[in-house]
Amino acid sequence: MTELLALTLALPLLAGALFIVATASTRAALFGFFAFGLFLALAWVALDAVDVALTEAAIGGGATGLLLLRLNGRMRHPVSLGEPAGPRLKIAAGLLAALVTLALGALLLALPEPAPSLAAATVEPLPTLGIGNPVAAVLIAYRALDTLLEIVVLLIAVVGLRALGTDRGWGGRPVPWPEGGPSPALVFLARLLIPAGLVFAAYLFWVGADAPGGKFQASTLLAALWLLAIMAGLAPAPSSGGRWTGRALAIGPLAFIAAGAIGIAAAGSFLAWPEPVAKPMIIAVELALAVSIVVALVLLVAGPPERETGR
Amino acid sequence: MIADLLTIVLVSTGAVFFLAGTVGLLRFPDPLSRLHALTKADSLGLGLIALGLVPQAGSIWMALKLLLVWLLVLAGSTAAGQMLARLHRAEAADD
Repeated sequence: MTELLALTLALPLLAGALFIVATASTRAALFGFFAFGLFLALAWVALDAVDVALTEAAIGGGATGLLLLRLNGRMRHPVSLGEPAGPRLKIAAGLLAALVTLALGALLLALPEPAPSLAAATVEPLPTLGIGNPVAAVLIAYRALDTLLEIVVLLIAVVGLRALGTDRGWGGRPVPWPEGGPSPALVFLARLLIPAGLVFAAYLFWVGADAPGGKFQASTLLAALWLLAIMAGLAPAPSSGGRWTGRALAIGPLAFIAAGAIGIAAAGSFLAWPEPVAKPMIIAVELALAVSIVVALVLLVAGPPERETGR
Repeated sequence: MIADLLTIVLVSTGAVFFLAGTVGLLRFPDPLSRLHALTKADSLGLGLIALGLVPQAGSIWMALKLLLVWLLVLAGSTAAGQMLARLHRAEAADD
């Protein structure tokens, strides 16, 4: 039964990947990418990795797909990447990819039974952190430095995006969907979905401590709701010159670094959580991170700032 | 027993709607009728499947969650259908 389920999930993945590579239209490939992300998320659920599935659905398929779609919409002229690859290069690349796949498969089959695992060591100190979900513990405690650097990478991407805007747009707002008014159906959908989505995002954020979920997934959902409100004309895009945008972007990394410094003073090393206040500190840092992630994702999808009209 | 029978009947009927919707999507001649086929599968087919799973849910909360999923998908696919139809009309007017 599980083999049958795995096969029914693996086939659309293979077909989807082939479709994305082989289809001629960029837009069709993008929609294929969305569907591929959904099937990949289902595959992760079938593997009992619900945390990964949520991240794949929210960030891998959803946010990345939206970014690509937005990029496709903004590219008025197709950009040539030079000569298309010749048949010899294609065959070589295909052989290399097949070799890597075979090697990975062979390694997977050669794993000792039972496979080596750090799961027991991961779960053991969880009570001192006040966290029940081992994945959340890895992200915020064991590999906290990685999470901090991920946020910094997101910020650098926002800085890079701002640098791509025109001089006249400096300090303005992105103008995501300027032509015409929003469709009434979209306004209706936004009014209906946003309250429900807010509740679900708060739930995802809070439940992340003990069950699949967490700040990244909740923040992506919030960013999607904000973008929906922008598209429906119900909320403005964040102004890149606004006082609050910069502060919101900075608060997450700053709170994380401050918590790390407290860790040096109280627990002896950077980003060590001092035991009695570990849980409240983690929640405070995660809230600050969520604010930064939401604003960064909205800015990334909305595009570079442009000059505001009517000034 | 009756609950299982209800599930089998409802989920099968829902699957028939999805099948019909997919056939319509592939075979109907123009975008508007393809959208028509697709939204029927989305709303009615998924609704029947969600309703059919309610007897298997085990708790009232799980049953309510299933119905909530259906309502959210209903709103999403209806709005998407409307927007696609509008886009099609606007593009047809441009030609």
